[in-house]
Amino acid sequence: MIRRMKKNISHKLPGRAESSLPADGLTETTAAENVPATDSLVSTVQGNVITGAEALLKSLVEEDVDTIFGYPGGAIMPVYDKLLDYSSSLRHILTRHEQGAAHAAQAYAMVTGKPGVCFATSGPGATNLVTGIANAYLDSVPVVFITAQVTSALIGTDAFQETDILGISMPVTKWNAQVKKAAEIPDTISRAFYIARTGRPGPVLVDISKDAQNEIMTFRYSKCTYIRSYNPVNPLVSRDIESAAVMINHAERPLVLAGHGVIISGAVAELKTFAEKGGIPVAVTLLGIPAFSHDHRLFAGMLGMHGNYAPNVLTNKADLIIAAGMRFDDRVTGNLKKYAPQARVIHIEIDRSEIDKNVRADLGINGDVKEILTAMLPNIRERKREEWIREFRILDSREHEKVIRPETEPDQGELKMGEVVKVISELAGRDAVVVTDVGQHQMAVARYYRFTESNTLITSGGMGTMGFGLPAALGAATATTDRQVIAFIGDGGFQMTIQELGTIMQYRIPVKIVILNNSFLGMVRQWQEMFFNSRYASTEMVNPDFVTLASAYGIPGRKIYDRKELKASAAEMLGSEGPFILVAEVSRMANILPMVEPGASVSEVTLTYTSKS
Amino acid sequence: MKQEFTISLFSESHIGILSRITLILTRRQINIESITASESAVPGVQMLTMVVRTTPEIVQKVARQIEKVVDVLKVFVHTSSEIICQEMALYKVTTRGLMSGSMIGDIVRKHNARILEVKPEYMVVEKCGTRTEIKELLALLEPCGVLQFVSSGRVAVTRQVKELNAYLREMDEARGTRQEALEFYN
Repeated sequence: MIRRMKKNISHKLPGRAESSLPADGLTETTAAENVPATDSLVSTVQGNVITGAEALLKSLVEEDVDTIFGYPGGAIMPVYDKLLDYSSSLRHILTRHEQGAAHAAQAYAMVTGKPGVCFATSGPGATNLVTGIANAYLDSVPVVFITAQVTSALIGTDAFQETDILGISMPVTKWNAQVKKAAEIPDTISRAFYIARTGRPGPVLVDISKDAQNEIMTFRYSKCTYIRSYNPVNPLVSRDIESAAVMINHAERPLVLAGHGVIISGAVAELKTFAEKGGIPVAVTLLGIPAFSHDHRLFAGMLGMHGNYAPNVLTNKADLIIAAGMRFDDRVTGNLKKYAPQARVIHIEIDRSEIDKNVRADLGINGDVKEILTAMLPNIRERKREEWIREFRILDSREHEKVIRPETEPDQGELKMGEVVKVISELAGRDAVVVTDVGQHQMAVARYYRFTESNTLITSGGMGTMGFGLPAALGAATATTDRQVIAFIGDGGFQMTIQELGTIMQYRIPVKIVILNNSFLGMVRQWQEMFFNSRYASTEMVNPDFVTLASAYGIPGRKIYDRKELKASAAEMLGSEGPFILVAEVSRMANILPMVEPGASVSEVTLTYTSKS
Repeated sequence: MKQEFTISLFSESHIGILSRITLILTRRQINIESITASESAVPGVQMLTMVVRTTPEIVQKVARQIEKVVDVLKVFVHTSSEIICQEMALYKVTTRGLMSGSMIGDIVRKHNARILEVKPEYMVVEKCGTRTEIKELLALLEPCGVLQFVSSGRVAVTRQVKELNAYLREMDEARGTRQEALEFYN
């Protein structure tokens, strides 16, 4: 508070305000009006005369932002200059690439539950964000992206480092806007945060011209709480709740499909109570994995292409599907024509446009999962449904026998991804944040890591962005001091954003990095083996020695080939103080199974694959 | 089965809104056959009328995705039978051609068109009606020598009773509290 007041004094000196006034009549009047206020400045923290750049930072402080990921450049320099004065309230993490900043901000948002913030300059800075923005968009994560824009007089003239980031980011943002007047900064930022975090969350982008950053304005902040054209959450309709309860109570073989929405709305506890009362098995999507404890007897496993056997097969046997906070992605449903033919579908979803988009719902309930589950609970009859649950166990044991045991407890042959994941899972704390990249290792983690607490998995779902893992891990580790962050990354994805080791070094971010190295782009190789006659076009990788490379960044590490070393190395990694890299040289030609092959129905999920070559 | 739909929507008049809306259509490769944008009866609220050809299923999905756009207030989808619509066309025709026969009488009486300007070289004819009527008149005028022809996009009003103003009022009344679920299609 004291610090802030001092700031106000320095910025309210009339001389200073006047000297940097633009020749804009309107602004001059505003500033002049405010100059006499110097005497009474103690009474108002708000309402002081500052630059647009500072107004942006003050707005972020008002929105309880404490960490920003970003990368400076020409157009955003006024903001970075002011950032030095705000270093005690706003921590800035300089990544090594804007894409890294975007992913880190997303992971930060996922761990903290509040919007992440990411800065980039105009032109290439802004375009480098696009992958990160799209990733956050498809996975419904609130991130406020701030990009700088060239001086407003130059906009549209192909000026140096000018790019139409508004146009470019339009299809991948929930909302975006450009600000060319300093006075509009606070309201735009406030709107951006409101839109990003409410309803179905998502990324927003605010593009601020350089002259707006330098312009003097009077700072006033009010939090946005309402936008006429934007209705984030629909109210409950009691008729829907009653119909849903009737459908559930009458179902013999109901199955809950829990998605990311359950975690976003904070409905994990409600889902557990709901499932327990109704005796309903719960299957999860990739992003919904931590929505239900894997130790729970009603946990049915992961859905979809590389999901578990039982939930996939039994989706087509269920007589009622209760989809909560998920969107029936094609990776979950397989062939839509043969999806859940016996089931009626209740779709609980906050985004109305998702209802009936892929799977037609018999009952679509548009609203917040937590509210809806809470409202439904009293109407749900207590039931056991032991017979139905037993069917899952029978299929589980088949999957265990054919896939899980050989993958996680092999006694000979090459090291397998599954066993590495399993050992680390057993040694790590229950609340550890697990981050993955994209590919085979991601599926190994999804399948073999035992998640028991909410909000413990950060992965790239909808976009499947390789290179997500490392920057996301550092973002996650920045968001928490008491939880361990373990990143599982493949050798391909690691090298897409490997430069972020520099960020980890600079800020001593204690990320535990597990590289599951098969010297292949494993998932693509698997598809080549299965569907392209084992023609391995451009999937083999000659890799550097990752441990040596990490040591150049001052990150200690260990490489393992033998499963005998696995436990000790994993313990060493988890017990180490700072960052650590564990490189596991795993089987080069292993496949992830089971698999719902493209075009197949979920019930045609295969447990085994015999190589044709 | 593809058929013609009129998507009418109300939005805040913000820069970029049209882009966001057309993006949703182009992503699914839906061609906009006509588009009209104008200020609505409510100040600050813009009205957009688009004609597209697609399947009933797709048009519903698209409408919901459009309604999701932050600055969009309300989206309505109508088949041709559910709306009353007009388009306007201007025809610039050679005077010599028009003066022959009973052409002028025909276009004024039978086609309910107006003549806006008469010059020794050309006349300008205005016609309001459906696309078919406009095309019929064009075919009729063609032999007279059409120098220029231009037609507007579709403007439409619905046969439904509830007005946008009522929706807006409801939304504003709900401010701060949760509003009643609004019916999507009427």
